[in-house]
Amino acid sequence: MNLLDYVNSELKKESRFPDFRPGDNIAVSYKIIEGAKERIQIFKGDVIQIKGAGLSKTFTVRKMSSGVGVERIFPMESPNIAEIKVLKRGRVRRAKLYYLRGLVGKKAKIREKKFTKK
Amino acid sequence: MNGLIGKKIGMTSVFTTAGKNVACTVVEALPNVVTQVKTKDTDGYFAVQMSYEGSSKEKNTTQQMQGHLSAAGIKSAQKIVEFRDSSLEKNVGDTVTIDDIFAEGDVVNAIGTSKGKGFQGVVKRHNFRGVGDATHGQHNRQRAPGSIGAASYPARVFKGMRMAGRTGGDRIKMKNLNVIKVMPEKNLLLIKGAIPGHKGSLVILEKF
Repeated sequence: MNLLDYVNSELKKESRFPDFRPGDNIAVSYKIIEGAKERIQIFKGDVIQIKGAGLSKTFTVRKMSSGVGVERIFPMESPNIAEIKVLKRGRVRRAKLYYLRGLVGKKAKIREKKFTKK
Repeated sequence: MNGLIGKKIGMTSVFTTAGKNVACTVVEALPNVVTQVKTKDTDGYFAVQMSYEGSSKEKNTTQQMQGHLSAAGIKSAQKIVEFRDSSLEKNVGDTVTIDDIFAEGDVVNAIGTSKGKGFQGVVKRHNFRGVGDATHGQHNRQRAPGSIGAASYPARVFKGMRMAGRTGGDRIKMKNLNVIKVMPEKNLLLIKGAIPGHKGSLVILEKF
């Protein structure tokens, strides 16, 4: 085994988060350290991309904040992510939802995935 | 000073407990063999000489060298380095492993040979800024060195004038790097920051 792969596999921890995909609406609880104090901020939005692999894997969450689009990139392995909650599963047809950046209002809405019982 | 001879494997990144993502270099340091111990009486100073077998072959080792190494029971060495005033109490033939010397949080120096970059201009080689603008009718002065001296006096260019030339491939010492992690089971060390040289090149790690 390649030694660099070995190091990366040793450093990588078991994923603490539920499985989510581009198009899903998630809430990320992110630890913010202010001096000695630590508090948790929740960033809620749609996942528009999941990028990279292994230790350098990141995901981007986009939300509309008082009419302005805000995107935040989180490293998947960051110890500062306290929790990820999947709020909605979205139905999308591509892996990178960059097209949402050009859309506002109802057009920028992602259809929810409907699960039917078999 | 203690130290080991290792091999650069590559780079990766680690999250600290504070949540900072730190770039670090992976170095493999297989156990080094002590090939000579110099003492004040015999050599005038105290030092421990260590060898790294690496990819060296017996058939490419001179008989003189083989004779020198035979005291330690090895056939060949890719690199031999002396560490002065070592605090290791080792004898000839003993092996020195990573956990004999390094621990997490240590401050070390790393010596390597930087990547060769060929014949480079002064902008890359000496961080010159070039001469002049891109516009206002100027051309081909953007990466030029500018003046290299006065005219009829001194009527020559001073020695050591920084000019274009062969770049890289030098011995470079990076000082005060932190050891992020030690993995003794595979003889690996993670060191914060970059270390000179290409992947697979030899690196000397020293710790005071």
